[in-house]
Amino acid sequence: MANKNDNWLYTISPKQKLIDLNLKEIWYYKDLLLLFVKRNVITVYKQTILGPLWYFIQPLFTSVIFTLIFNNMANIPTGDGVPSFLFNLAGITCWNYFKECLTGTSNTFSQNQGLFGKVYFPRVIVPLSVVLTNLVKYGIQILVFIGFYIYYAFFTDKAGGASPKSAIIFIPMLIFFMGILGLGLGMIISSMTIKYRDLKFLISFGVQLLMYGSAVMYPLSFFKEKLPNISWVVEYNPMTTIIEAFRYMTLGVGDYSLPKMVYTALFSIVVFLLGLIIFNKTEKSFIDTI
Amino acid sequence: MEKDIILKVENLSKQYRLGLVGTGTLGHDLNRWWSKIRGKEDPYLKIGESNDRSRKGESEYVWALKDINFDVERGEVVGIIGKNGAGKSTLLKILSKVTGPTTGEIKTKGRIASLLEVGTGFHPEMTGKENVFLNGAILGMTKKEIQSKLKEIVEFSGCERYIDTPVKRYSSGMTVRLAFAVAAHLDPDILVVDEVLAVGDAEFQKKAIGKMQDISNSQGRTVLFVSHNMAAVKSLCTRAIVLQHGKTVFEGETHKAVDFYLKSDEANTQAHYINKKPNKSSDILEVSMRDDQNNICGLFGFEEQIILQVKLKVSQDIVEYGSVGFRIRDQFERVVFSSEIDLHQFIKKDGNYIANVKFPKAVLLPSEYRVIIGYHVPNKEKIRSLFDVVDFKIEETGTIFHKYQGVDFGCVMLDCKWSMNSVKN
Repeated sequence: MANKNDNWLYTISPKQKLIDLNLKEIWYYKDLLLLFVKRNVITVYKQTILGPLWYFIQPLFTSVIFTLIFNNMANIPTGDGVPSFLFNLAGITCWNYFKECLTGTSNTFSQNQGLFGKVYFPRVIVPLSVVLTNLVKYGIQILVFIGFYIYYAFFTDKAGGASPKSAIIFIPMLIFFMGILGLGLGMIISSMTIKYRDLKFLISFGVQLLMYGSAVMYPLSFFKEKLPNISWVVEYNPMTTIIEAFRYMTLGVGDYSLPKMVYTALFSIVVFLLGLIIFNKTEKSFIDTI
Repeated sequence: MEKDIILKVENLSKQYRLGLVGTGTLGHDLNRWWSKIRGKEDPYLKIGESNDRSRKGESEYVWALKDINFDVERGEVVGIIGKNGAGKSTLLKILSKVTGPTTGEIKTKGRIASLLEVGTGFHPEMTGKENVFLNGAILGMTKKEIQSKLKEIVEFSGCERYIDTPVKRYSSGMTVRLAFAVAAHLDPDILVVDEVLAVGDAEFQKKAIGKMQDISNSQGRTVLFVSHNMAAVKSLCTRAIVLQHGKTVFEGETHKAVDFYLKSDEANTQAHYINKKPNKSSDILEVSMRDDQNNICGLFGFEEQIILQVKLKVSQDIVEYGSVGFRIRDQFERVVFSSEIDLHQFIKKDGNYIANVKFPKAVLLPSEYRVIIGYHVPNKEKIRSLFDVVDFKIEETGTIFHKYQGVDFGCVMLDCKWSMNSVKN
C-alpha cells in the first residue's frame, strides 16, 4: 500500500501553508472568471432604460457638482489653463475605480455564502472578477474623459495649460496598482467582516471619508499650502500619489516623483499580499463562522 | 488483484462550536493564539463531545465528525446513510472542499465534483444558455467542454424552446431540469451527490436516477451518494456507510447497511413506553414495538414483521369482561386500522400478561404511525387509554411507489389482483 501513496492528485487536510495560492488551479478556472465578469457586466443594468449609459452619467454628474462647489464656490485652484471640470473628472474616474474595487470585493464572503456553501472553486476568482469588471467600467469612463479632453483641447481655448506628459505610458501601471490596492484591502475587510461585522458599517462611510483624504477634488499642493500640519495624512495616502500621478500624466498638473511611486507600488503590493494571505486563511473555514 | 483506491479518508474529524458566535469568540481567539505561540496544542481541540443533539452537552464544542476512515475504489457507488445530524452533510462539505476538516485528511486520485444543490449560481436575469455556461464553469467545467456538450444538455433538460429566455421567466421545474442537465453532464472522476434527486416531478426523477445509474454503470465513474431514500440507495449503491453521531458505525454491503440503519437504536426512544405509576388492580404496564427477534425497534422496512407488544396487569374482576385494543393512526391523524380482543378468550385468571400482536406484513405503506391503546370494560369502565403511546416508522425500502415523493397513496398496500388481457379493436 505504501508505494501507492505518492500518486495522490491532491489532499484535503487542515494544515495549510501561509500562501496557498494555487495558480495552476486559478488558471484552470479562467473561464469561470471571464463568465463572472460577463455576468457582472450584463446583469447590472438589466431592465434599466439608460442601461450602460449609467457608466457615463455617474462620473459626469459628480464632476459637474464638484466643479460647481469646490472650484466655482470654494475657489480651489486646479492649475493654470486646466479646466476644473477635466481636473475633477480625472480624479473621480480614478477614485471610482479604486472605490468600486474596494467595496465590491469587501463583501465577497457575505454576498456569496450561498454559492461558497455549495460548491468549491478557488474563492479568489470572485474578487478578481470584481476587479476585472470594474476595469471594463473604468475603460469606458476613461473614454469619456478622453472625449472631454479632446473637446476642451480642440474646440475651446480653455485647456491651454493642459498637455499630456510622456510618462503617460505608465498609466497601465497606475491602474494595476489601484486595482491590487483595492483588491487587497477588500479581501482583508471581507475576511474580517465574517467574524466582526462592525467593519461593514465602517467601510461604507470610511470610504467616503477616505475620498476627502485622497486629493480627488483638490491638488495636493493646495492642501499642503493651506493645512501644512496635517498634509502628511494626504501625502502618505497611496491613492493621492496615484491620482496626482494620473493628472500629471494626462493633464500635466500634479505631484509626480519616483520615490513616491516606488512607495505606492510597495504599499500596494504589501497590502495585496497581506489580503491574499488573510483571504486564504479565511476561505477554508468561513462557512462555519459566517 | 490490487485494489485501485481512488479516495482515501483518514481519521477525518470536524469540530463545531455551538451557541452564538459573537461574544466570547475574541477571547477564544486570543487564547488559541496564545497557546499557538507557546507551541502548545489548541486548547479547544481537546474538548468536545459526540454530536448527540437530543442530550444537553457539557461542552460548547461538538464533533460533527469524529475519526472517519474509509476507502473508495474506482468505479464504486458508495451510499452514505444516517439520520439527520449524523454528519452526512458535514462529510459532503469536506469532500467537496466547501469547508476544511479540523483534523485528518482526504486523499484523492481524481477530480471531485460535488452536487450539493442543483443550479448553484444561476442568475435569474441571464438566459438559459448563459446560465448553462456559468453553472457549468462553477461546477468545474471549461468553456470548451460545455460548448461541446451544449446540445446534449439542452436536449436532456427539455427546455430547448426557452433556452434564450432569462431564467426568471422559467417555471421552477424548468429551472431544476436545466440545472440538473448541466450537473448530469459533468465529467469528474468522483461525483459527490447530495439528495438532489428529491426535486422535480416523477418523470424527471426517473430520468435523474436513470442518469445516475448510467454514470456509475457504463462510464465506470465513482459516485458518493448521500440520501434518506433507502430505495434509491439500494438500487444505486454497491456499498454503504452508516454514520451515527459523527462516527462510522457500519460499512459494508448496501442491503446489510440499510438493515443496520433501520435497526439502529437511535429511533427507538419512542418505541417503548413504561407506565411508571400503574394502578394497583389492572393497568397497562408497558407498550413496545418489536421486530421479529423481539428487539425493541421503531423503524421497519416495508416487508418486515412488525410486532406490537403490550404488558398488562389483569385483576380477577376484569378477566371476564375486559377488552384490550389498539388503533393505528398516521401522521395526519387518520385512523388506519384498529384491532381489539376480549380478554376471556385468551386468559382465565388474574396476573401479568404479555400480548404480542403481529401486524400483517407488507401492508402499511412507508410513513410514520402512532399507536393508541385502550384497556377497558366496554361501555362500562375505562381502565387506561394511552394516546400516541408509541410510534414507529416504516422506511421506504423499495415499494412500487418509491419513485414518487410527496404523493399521498393512503396508508395501506392491499394485495389487489390485477389481470390484463390483450384486446383487438
